[in-house]
Amino acid sequence: MSKTNLTRRGVLKSGAVAGAGVALPTIFTASSAAAYTNEPTGGSVTLGFNVPQTGPYADEGADELRAYELAVEHLNGGGDGGMMNTFSSNALQGNGILGKKVEFVTGDTQTKSDAARASAKSMIEKDGAIMITGGSSSGVAIAVQGLCQEAGVIFMAGLTHSNDTTGKDKKANGFRHFFNGYMSGAALAPVLKQLYGDDRKAYHLTADYTWGWTQQESIAAATEALGWETVNNVLTPLAATDFSSYIAPVLNSGADVLVLNHYGGNMVNSLTNAVQFGLRNKEVNGKNFEIVVPLFSRLMARGAGENIKGIVGSTNWHWSLQDDASKAFVKSFGTKYGFPPSQAAHTVYCQTLLYADACQRAGTFNPCGVAEALEGFEFDGLGNGKTLYRAEDHQCFKDVLVVKGKENPTSEFDLLEVVEVTPAAQVTYAPDHPMFAGGALGTCNPGA
Amino acid sequence: MFGLNKKDSALLLLVAILTMLAPFILNPFPSDSGLAQFNAGYPDLMQRFVIFGIFAIGFNILFGLTGYLSFGHAAFLGVGSYSAVWMFKLLSMNIIPAIVLSVAIAGLFALVIGYVSLRRTGIYFSILTLAFAQMSFALAYSVLTPITNGETGLQLSLDDPRILDSANTSGSLPVTSLFGLEMRSSFDLVVGPWSFTFSVGYYICAIAMLLAFYLSIRIFRSPFGMMLRAIKSNQQRLNYTGLNPKPYTLAAFVISGMYAGLAGGLLASMDPLAGAERMQWTASGEVVLMTILGGVGTLIGPVLGAGLIKYFENIFSKINDTVLHGWFGILPDGIEDFLVSIIHPFVGKGWHLTLGIIFMLVVTFLPGGLVEGGQRIARLFRSKKKTDGADAAKTEPAE
Repeated sequence: MSKTNLTRRGVLKSGAVAGAGVALPTIFTASSAAAYTNEPTGGSVTLGFNVPQTGPYADEGADELRAYELAVEHLNGGGDGGMMNTFSSNALQGNGILGKKVEFVTGDTQTKSDAARASAKSMIEKDGAIMITGGSSSGVAIAVQGLCQEAGVIFMAGLTHSNDTTGKDKKANGFRHFFNGYMSGAALAPVLKQLYGDDRKAYHLTADYTWGWTQQESIAAATEALGWETVNNVLTPLAATDFSSYIAPVLNSGADVLVLNHYGGNMVNSLTNAVQFGLRNKEVNGKNFEIVVPLFSRLMARGAGENIKGIVGSTNWHWSLQDDASKAFVKSFGTKYGFPPSQAAHTVYCQTLLYADACQRAGTFNPCGVAEALEGFEFDGLGNGKTLYRAEDHQCFKDVLVVKGKENPTSEFDLLEVVEVTPAAQVTYAPDHPMFAGGALGTCNPGA
Repeated sequence: MFGLNKKDSALLLLVAILTMLAPFILNPFPSDSGLAQFNAGYPDLMQRFVIFGIFAIGFNILFGLTGYLSFGHAAFLGVGSYSAVWMFKLLSMNIIPAIVLSVAIAGLFALVIGYVSLRRTGIYFSILTLAFAQMSFALAYSVLTPITNGETGLQLSLDDPRILDSANTSGSLPVTSLFGLEMRSSFDLVVGPWSFTFSVGYYICAIAMLLAFYLSIRIFRSPFGMMLRAIKSNQQRLNYTGLNPKPYTLAAFVISGMYAGLAGGLLASMDPLAGAERMQWTASGEVVLMTILGGVGTLIGPVLGAGLIKYFENIFSKINDTVLHGWFGILPDGIEDFLVSIIHPFVGKGWHLTLGIIFMLVVTFLPGGLVEGGQRIARLFRSKKKTDGADAAKTEPAE
């Protein structure tokens, strides 16, 4: 007869061994199956929204977050659908992306490359984000784009206007919906010539980072082609809040145009300083002194108040546009938040929709499949007319708006008037244009 | 063990166990539960914990032992990062030369700055180091843009020479490695609802931190460490006994600068990008906070402080209104909105506020930092046990 000796310790021991045995298969299967980084396996898919919630671009960041939430709501079939109804591609069904519910995580870039990368990394590693989007500074966008390329996720750049984002720092996993410094220059030059003539002396104040440098280069090149002379270019730190010490030398430089290559809080402060110094009432070389802000938005116009009146610049999109898509977007954004969206909000909303649509058309979340679906994609109905995502550099080509601060605003949102809509053909450049040369797209990286 | 006394060996062993098991300890919540928000066991954050631990340990050698409060330590971290990234660009993606160079350059840099700053003590020393650090920041941010790439930060690119590595034909950026072992490779262990990530990069950093920690214990217990403490307690008396404290303080300054360089080098090895913000005065202030929060002059305090601050920065800052509504979703609407609006200022972008409150509480009630808190709790238990024992002894005869 066999004798079974059933002790408490024995039972516990064999139980532990059996438990380990059951757990073992899952241990070995877990890391092997994924075909690409963060392949969504459950009923939902996570997007990472990385925007500045603090720092000089915090206003833009807050508006971006609102637009992201709206886009997620629309993708999941909530709200009135916004621009999903006007978008020329009809792949999206309003049931999430590829049938998976869209969820999102948010992070604070602090407008610092380091912090932005840490925040994006935590979204990828911890929250399993399959796509990162956002950023309101080109420095940050370039840093995060590099990270996404290494990690093997798609990066949909938000507000980034530097030539380098799709120039020397372009990456195969990154896409940009916004326009860039070169396009601003190309769109502004004819208008500037018409308004201020072709015999001007320009003084540049430039934010000291990639965006400032490339925009200054582009504007200087475009205006010099008109016959303007660039008197001086002074770099100012991004963190600066008082620009009076930079404005004073302008008065004695003999320049008659001041170009402010500043954005967000920087531009609000530098323009205010310039107006306080009485620059706009001065006459130099027998001409009225003028100020040009090559890139501006309604949020900045509101910050600058009275001072923005009559100032010329370019912008990506404005809520007063009368096409169906813009009207639909303004309506659903306004219904939800009670005021019209900014260009930042419009850009990131489009980015989210375009990403979702590309996944839907590719039938996969694999970054390589999505990138292929986006490359060379032509569409309409997102508020900027006919638009092309060029395959060579992942830059988007569409009409550019030249705007002017309104003299008699009817409300606190009605601050800009559209002077001219520059057609896409006029701002298109060759992929190997010297301002965009150097760097390589590389090949798409699906990670894992 | 390793020439340490029993108590220090136990401490080292404890730290070793904690760092090695960190992927388990930091991921206590199942990955699909609501509390997963508070999990910190993902590679990037774990790496930051130990790297900033190294930074704070090094800072503590200067501040904790000599009492010299340097307000510019981030400069050494930044210099270390830039050196490491340049090594990745020019020489090889192997992290060894990068880390060696970053420690060496940071040491040289510390020698120069220390030589000048240590001519003064107290607040003047702090201001001098702060000035040097801000100067380095301004240089990195704009003047030296060709070397540092300014605000965008120094990054790798496809056409870097990398003379020791074989030509890169893959079309994507190479990754940092240790003789072929990639820093970013990791392994997921799934046990039931839990998921634990083991990352190569983290374990490399953890081993570096253990070595740094061991070295710091040895310095604390050495005659050299005793001399540094003497400088802290009364420098004038030391002068009168005929000793020159300058070489000792300079040595401590350079050692702690090299620790910062090591941290910077590791930071760049985990993520090959160096930004100028790393050198800003806020970054220098952060390491002061870490050390004070954890406990100045204690061995383990700075590591705890570094962990706490990085946890807040990365976990609390990601709690947004949607998450809050998710937590309180079961409550009636009015109460839910009320609670969310109360908590809102303290999480998300308001994480600094929460951290500030904790810092105030710690400094007011626990001047010795978190370590003192731990000691008080331990004392509480010990005295309780003693009285328990006395009670037992009393009741025993009656049985």
